[in-house]
Amino acid sequence: MKLQQISVFLANQPGALMEPCRLLSEAGIDIRALCLADTQQFGILRLIVPERERAERILAEAGLATRATEVLAVEIPDHPGGLTDVLAALHDSGVSIEYMYAFAEGRAGKAVLIFRFDRPDAAMAALQAAGINVLAEVDICAR
Amino acid sequence: MTVPDTALFHPASTPDYLPRPQLRALQLDRLQTIVRRAYEYVLLYRQRMDERGLKPEDIRTLDDLPALPFTTKTDLRDTYPFGLFASPMEEVVRLHASSGTTGKPIVVAYTKEDVAVWTSVMVRSFAACGLHAGDIIQNAYGYGLFTGGLGAHYGAEGLGATVIPISGGNTDRQIRLMQDFGVTAICSTPSYFIHLAERAAEMGVDLRKLPLRAGIFGAEPWTDSMRRHIEAAADIRAIDIYGLSEIIGPGVAVECPCQDGLHVFEDHFYPEIIDPDTGHSLPAGAEGELVLTTLSKFAMPMIRYRTRDITSLMEEPCACGRSLRRMRRIGRRSDDMLILRGVNVFPSQVEEALLAVEGTLPHYQMVLTRRHGLDDLEVQVEVTPEVFSDKVGALEAFEERLTRSIEHVVGLRAGVRLVAPNTIQRSEGKARRVIDRRNEQGA
Repeated sequence: MKLQQISVFLANQPGALMEPCRLLSEAGIDIRALCLADTQQFGILRLIVPERERAERILAEAGLATRATEVLAVEIPDHPGGLTDVLAALHDSGVSIEYMYAFAEGRAGKAVLIFRFDRPDAAMAALQAAGINVLAEVDICAR
Repeated sequence: MTVPDTALFHPASTPDYLPRPQLRALQLDRLQTIVRRAYEYVLLYRQRMDERGLKPEDIRTLDDLPALPFTTKTDLRDTYPFGLFASPMEEVVRLHASSGTTGKPIVVAYTKEDVAVWTSVMVRSFAACGLHAGDIIQNAYGYGLFTGGLGAHYGAEGLGATVIPISGGNTDRQIRLMQDFGVTAICSTPSYFIHLAERAAEMGVDLRKLPLRAGIFGAEPWTDSMRRHIEAAADIRAIDIYGLSEIIGPGVAVECPCQDGLHVFEDHFYPEIIDPDTGHSLPAGAEGELVLTTLSKFAMPMIRYRTRDITSLMEEPCACGRSLRRMRRIGRRSDDMLILRGVNVFPSQVEEALLAVEGTLPHYQMVLTRRHGLDDLEVQVEVTPEVFSDKVGALEAFEERLTRSIEHVVGLRAGVRLVAPNTIQRSEGKARRVIDRRNEQGA
């Protein structure tokens, strides 16, 4: 039920974000979720896409530095306290969140959270024990 | 051009005017002594001479010198720390060190007599550019392991001038003391003085109105356009001084008021010009690599040391009356060494530092710029999939490891910038390793 995220290194300069987006667009790959981490020196683009392996190959062949990482996608009701419930479920497990990003879905009042944990298996067990919906690859990419 | 007032003649300058035949006799006498000393006390010299079937007594004239093997910076590194010393520690009164090519510093040693010789050539350097007792000399060379600070300090004191041992940095205070103390001469790198002049202008201090009349600039190559800029900005005479710690430090050669070439203190340092590729001696006046032999250094004699500096010797007499031959101002080097804030830097050192962190050599580029008269080094490193991480903290820690490794090997802190793969320009498959922008925009 873990999900593979692709990360891409971006130099801190105009046009850097355009290149990976253009490559995916030309390949007809839809970006399902993304997050851009930036520092003064560089940026890291994190992507959830269907056909992850093909996307990664296209980016790597174009000479970009990429890396696949395991993340968890969690579906929660899109209302106040939704995120807090998830964090509470994780609290006792002692796992650390390396980073996270969220997007609200257009329908059904749901939001999806993408988590990068230091110990994804422990996190997943804690979430499932609390009855929280951890999405499989197919769920998030087929919407 | 100004001929120095005889009333201000410093007795230490006498050897500057030795008739050539007497100077050559003195050189030969000293050369024979130093070669014998090197052969007797330094294993490396003895081995190399034995390999060639040479004995010290084979040096019968100065023209026999090219028979002796060269000494290189690598030899100093390989014998680190004390392998080239010809004096026991009981007689060594000073050590200086500078960065070498692989993180190991290069160590140089002085006996009491060596320090006296060094002081005397610095006294002669200051005297040659018209300074004398009564001058107030601000010494903005760094004090410490670097030879610049103490070399200039001893020389200025030996001259009888008043020394302000302010060392480098703290520019505002430098400017304030310059005003308060009525400083008449300053020693620093030329790029630092340009920064100081810019800062003075910002502070509303007009250097042209101060008593300052001379600057003795060295420890890095500079251009005639920098000289004109400095002389106009501060209304001073900007004098070029040359030296290297392997030979003695500053004071190997200096300009006289004619400012047309640097007089080599030939009674202590014997200059030759060779073809850097073949090692053959070149005819008089030809441009090539400067090779120096120390004629009177006891603790660490240097026999035919390859400086890697490209210049030529001017045989014709100088209008100032000195009989010492002149060398043209150093424009370039025969290797890829860079001088950054007075620190010697080889691209191979940066490679070694990157290799130490990554295991394999990434594509990189060194970009040199000059800001406020100070050199900046940025090392751009291409990110490879192996080192790339989705976590910002991991990449920042990686940058920091590279920065520390460079600082450890090179001896100065460079900015490290991660760049995307394949973004550093390659020409014929090889990346251009060094982009030097320091002399752009009239810096």
